Amino acid sequence: MDNINGMDIDLRVRLGELRLRNPVMTASGTFGYAREFSQLVNLHRLGAIVVKGISLKPRPGNPPPRVVETACGMLNAIGLENVGVQGFLERKMEFLRGVNSRVIVNILGDSAAEYGALAGKLTGIEGIDALEVNISCPNVKKGGVAFGTDPAMATEVTRTVKGQTDLPVIVKLSPNVTDITVMARAVEDAGADAVSLINTLIGMAIDVGSRRPKLANVIGGLSGPAIKPVALRMVWQVARAVSIPVIGIGGIATAEDALEFLLAGATAIEVGTANFYQPRAAESIIDGLRAYLAAQGEDSVRAIIGALQIDEA
Amino acid sequence: MPEFQEKAPLLQKEAIAPGIFRLTMHAPEIAGAAHPGQFVMVQVDTSMDPLLRRPFSVHQVTSGGNIQILFKVVGQGTARLARLTPGDQLDCIGPLGRGFFLDRRDRLCLIGGGMGIAPLYFLAKRLLQTGESPGDDYVFLGGRSREEISLFAAEFFDLGYTVKVSTDDGSMGHHGFVTDLLGPVLPDMERVYTCGPFPMMRIAAQKCGQAAVFCQVSLETHMACGLGACLGCTLTGADGRYIHVCRQGPVFDAEEVAWTT
Repeated sequence: MDNINGMDIDLRVRLGELRLRNPVMTASGTFGYAREFSQLVNLHRLGAIVVKGISLKPRPGNPPPRVVETACGMLNAIGLENVGVQGFLERKMEFLRGVNSRVIVNILGDSAAEYGALAGKLTGIEGIDALEVNISCPNVKKGGVAFGTDPAMATEVTRTVKGQTDLPVIVKLSPNVTDITVMARAVEDAGADAVSLINTLIGMAIDVGSRRPKLANVIGGLSGPAIKPVALRMVWQVARAVSIPVIGIGGIATAEDALEFLLAGATAIEVGTANFYQPRAAESIIDGLRAYLAAQGEDSVRAIIGALQIDEA
Repeated sequence: MPEFQEKAPLLQKEAIAPGIFRLTMHAPEIAGAAHPGQFVMVQVDTSMDPLLRRPFSVHQVTSGGNIQILFKVVGQGTARLARLTPGDQLDCIGPLGRGFFLDRRDRLCLIGGGMGIAPLYFLAKRLLQTGESPGDDYVFLGGRSREEISLFAAEFFDLGYTVKVSTDDGSMGHHGFVTDLLGPVLPDMERVYTCGPFPMMRIAAQKCGQAAVFCQVSLETHMACGLGACLGCTLTGADGRYIHVCRQGPVFDAEEVAWTT
């Protein structure tokens, strides 16, 4: 239910040409293709749905075990399992077209050419509003180095995608770099319409009894509330380094979490791991934003974006 | 199939044996929709550690819109659950997944090992509602000791099933594997349902396969969401492709599963 007191508060934000009715999105890989949540969540209220990452061909993913819980978080090594772009368009888009929310398709590939081909296939499709480019994948031609850890490779992917689509392009940044602002500026210069961050932090867990890694893949991506302070710091740094909109991701589960990212300079946020344990997290964040803005005497969420106040030393 | 998220008050906590608990919650929407073999995702508490919900088979649906779960304390999630007291609220999502096939009545055998007994009691009760006597149907229960198993044996017995028990320590019934009990009756069986440790279900599945008896198994894996989104609950299917326990299961035909893993 909407907070009736806050119904007149304006939650609209813009990510370049992409207009959202509110800044609350669901993160790729944590919300399936939305239908999985249709009985528990009012999908029509979401600002945008970012679907599970899509590759050119279906991918089976990694062997199990693929997930392990850690303190205030979880590690995953799903291995980018997905239905492939053809399966997505044939079997998943029809449902998504019926949802009154923006649909953003997350794409991933082994080569810049694969990203480009995906962007082309997803452009001109009714119901697709934007692309989010996952550049945390390994570049097969460069020995498996992740695109998102090298400014030149990130630039190449971004340029290639932009050359194949007129949809707004969001580049999702990896935090597993020395200076994330370097990557953010590189993709901005390459034409990205927005950046989203952070993807998962690479981590590991060991079963001391069996002396084996808890994930079959040995290492995996850490997500959940455990990573929120790191994500918030990186969003704050990137928001000051680029002039395109920034989307905050990383351990956001409550309206207060979302507000921290907005104050740090994010124009919108994505709810990720929280969808797993609290499917209505995104909805309650929307309600909570309204309640906060009403209490603060603000009539628009845009008034608080980047409104962090830091005392001069 | 309908799914619900309910704040379910804890009505009763039974300490069955050391470390084994049965919780009764008031969750009328889940109770009304649940089918044997389906599960619920239970939020242990609202702290962020442990973060994820825990999956539990629906152990029983009782009148008045109540559901029961049965568990052994194995980690911090189940330890927290075991400390709850009546009146506490549990946030539950369910019923989830694909349950047991029970369209028609054949001669049946239910085989439960350890906490794998949990979904079989709901199944046993629901099978009675098909209106036929369970007198020719078997329930085989395996556990560590008499202490762990005797209450469940009595409860299945009270439903009219022919109950046989095995224990690891020989303190009750057959001293050995619960699947040892299957051999003599298998030729007369038309369907076997099983839930328990993977090696136990593998033996049951192999015996049923050799005897050409239809067998369904309820599998367990780690899962983050239970909703088909995280893709974490993977096992290998018989054709070598991955199967997802939460949505495609947790109940599978035994022949759908790769038992070599």
